[in-house]
Amino acid sequence: MALNRDELLDLYRMMVKIRTFEERVGEMYYEDKLPAFDIAAGPIPGEMHLYSGQEAVAAGVCAHLRPDDPVTSTHRPHGHLIAKGEDLKPLMAEIFGKKTGLCEGKGGHMHLFDPNLHFGCGGIVGGGIPHAVGAALAIKKRGEDRVAVSFFGEGAANIGAFHESLNLAAVLHLPVVFVVEDNLYAISVPKSVSTAVRSNAERGAAYGIPGVQVDGQDVIAVYEAAQEAVGRARRGEGPSIIEAVCYRYRGHFEGDAEGYLKPGEKESWKEKDPIHILGAQLQGQGWLSEDEVAEIQGEMTALVGEAERFARESPYPAPEEALEGVFA
Amino acid sequence: MAERLLTTSKAISEAIAQEMKRDDSVFVMGEDVGAYGGIFGATEGLLDQFGPERIMDMPISEMGFIGAAVGAATEGMRPIAELMFVDFFGAAMDQIYNHMAKIHYMSGGHVNVPMVLMTAIGGSYSDAAQHSQCLYGLFAHVPGIKVVVPSTPYDAKGLMTQAIRDDNPVMFFFHKGVMGLGWMTPNPRATGPVPEEPYTVPFGQAAVRREGSDLTILTLSLMAHRSLDAAEKLAEEGINAEVIDLRTLVPLDREAIVESVKKTHRVMIVDEDYKSFGMSGELAAIVAEDALDYLDAAPKRLAVPDVPIPYSRPMEQYVIPSVDRIAAAAKELVAE
Ligand SMILES: Cc1ncc(C[n+]2csc(CCOP(=O)(O)OP(=O)(O)O)c2C)c(N)n1
Ligand SMILES: [Mg+2]
Repeated sequence: MALNRDELLDLYRMMVKIRTFEERVGEMYYEDKLPAFDIAAGPIPGEMHLYSGQEAVAAGVCAHLRPDDPVTSTHRPHGHLIAKGEDLKPLMAEIFGKKTGLCEGKGGHMHLFDPNLHFGCGGIVGGGIPHAVGAALAIKKRGEDRVAVSFFGEGAANIGAFHESLNLAAVLHLPVVFVVEDNLYAISVPKSVSTAVRSNAERGAAYGIPGVQVDGQDVIAVYEAAQEAVGRARRGEGPSIIEAVCYRYRGHFEGDAEGYLKPGEKESWKEKDPIHILGAQLQGQGWLSEDEVAEIQGEMTALVGEAERFARESPYPAPEEALEGVFA
Repeated sequence: MAERLLTTSKAISEAIAQEMKRDDSVFVMGEDVGAYGGIFGATEGLLDQFGPERIMDMPISEMGFIGAAVGAATEGMRPIAELMFVDFFGAAMDQIYNHMAKIHYMSGGHVNVPMVLMTAIGGSYSDAAQHSQCLYGLFAHVPGIKVVVPSTPYDAKGLMTQAIRDDNPVMFFFHKGVMGLGWMTPNPRATGPVPEEPYTVPFGQAAVRREGSDLTILTLSLMAHRSLDAAEKLAEEGINAEVIDLRTLVPLDREAIVESVKKTHRVMIVDEDYKSFGMSGELAAIVAEDALDYLDAAPKRLAVPDVPIPYSRPMEQYVIPSVDRIAAAAKELVAE
């Protein structure tokens, strides 16, 4: 069924929202870190893995999810959480390590948890995949119609947890969707060096799970594949795997010298930018004017600006709070 | 001739390169060890010198490739596997503690596992709970693994050379803050003189980094640097701290510990690992067993209180021992 104007505009707005958030975090990250880059310095210290370029995957999948559908993510989590519906303020405050952050400053950018949105992520590659299987198990035991989704990279599809999780989901017939974001690299290691099969969707066959590979630059293609997979899970028809081929614009993490890229590679991917692709389609149909493009951008810039202000003005946790919260 | 200065990361990659030239059975397996040169530079330049057959980029399959290193070692190769951060050990722990550590013993001594598992440790740069741990105590707890934790470029090269030549599994823990990386908080102690020719630093020999008479600080890795900085501050106030860098936990130089405590009568352990059931407790127990009569005060422990490493800077700085907190704790101990 073809998407209507409102549905397409929602996807467009979500992608712009994520991009605007990520690019602003990317700018602020370098505050007080230069000229001699010091990873520990500035208002946003530590590693920073941004999602710019991959927005179509989070937007296209999460469009089918309800707030009570569990989602597990990775070390590159902002896009998934924003698409799941997170308020930008506590998200930004957590990235700043503030008391008002989602995790009160204990987690940071790679370790974001929101029980209201049933969202979790972490810094261990593949770590979240079994959690989605377990969430789906809880759903099945209670006879609910919720669906669990796990996002992870093509690199993560080589860790044991991925393979064990697929088998478990299949043999227990669980309502879970595995979404592989194939952005071509795991840090510097290209997929061709790490993975002997062309598509991780094919690996589903080994476990009796239907799989499909889609163009992750095309949000409509992602949306349609996810519609089928999420629908299947919601109807109690078992797990699916989707691999979306996409590209990260900012390297593995901030400060990545990207010496492993081929010349011109990034530029050619930027010509297939997911926001531009959908924007052009909408404009072609007369559903989006230049003014509306600017208006949406302005709205998202303002939202991110408010989140930034909130984060900067919020207090840090007291040092002694470090000692609290090991046990419930 | 002027001494040649290297960073710790260059000292490690030089040791690996020299041993690879000397011995065809040495090779490297790990994530991003090739074109990237290792996230912390421990394999920088090696791909160009030795090619992808011997400097092997691995899929994110720690259980697989660390287990494969064990298997290759039992067939007489000398693999060096890199676990990018020690925090990721969970994905491979069975291969490490049930296989790598035990095969020699279980085989009645008939099978050797001559491999090195090198890994990055430590925090203080807001990488949070899953990328900032030290955990050497966890591995020292398991019989069958030699545990090496260098603090200087000289030691890093000599201990790595020794580790590669050793016929046992050796875990080599390099702290991100001692590597001399351009993108970490600058640390002058991370650069130092390193001879060009191959040499070894024997396991089980602690180094007295600073002689003193008022208290003994037992430590290693980045905490050795911080303890030395603290000792300089203490000296300004007339307190003479002896700083002992243990260099290896397995084997452990018990004699050096006991000798120093007999001289100073006070001992403080500075550890970036978790406090309970770890290095600091073990060392305190050794002092109690072997030097109790010489103590003028109970041993003092400064370690990470038993919490995961928090992300936010004020909380992280609160849990990881700092120069000021080391100095303050030393003053308290001397006043007792
Ligand atoms: C178990 C484990 N091994 C290694 C790492 C280090 N690491 C962090 S991200 C990453 C690459 C992940 O690649 P991929 O899954 O493709 O995700 P992407 O970064 O491309 O989004 C690696 C190797 C880790 N965090 N956890
Ligand atoms: Mg990837």
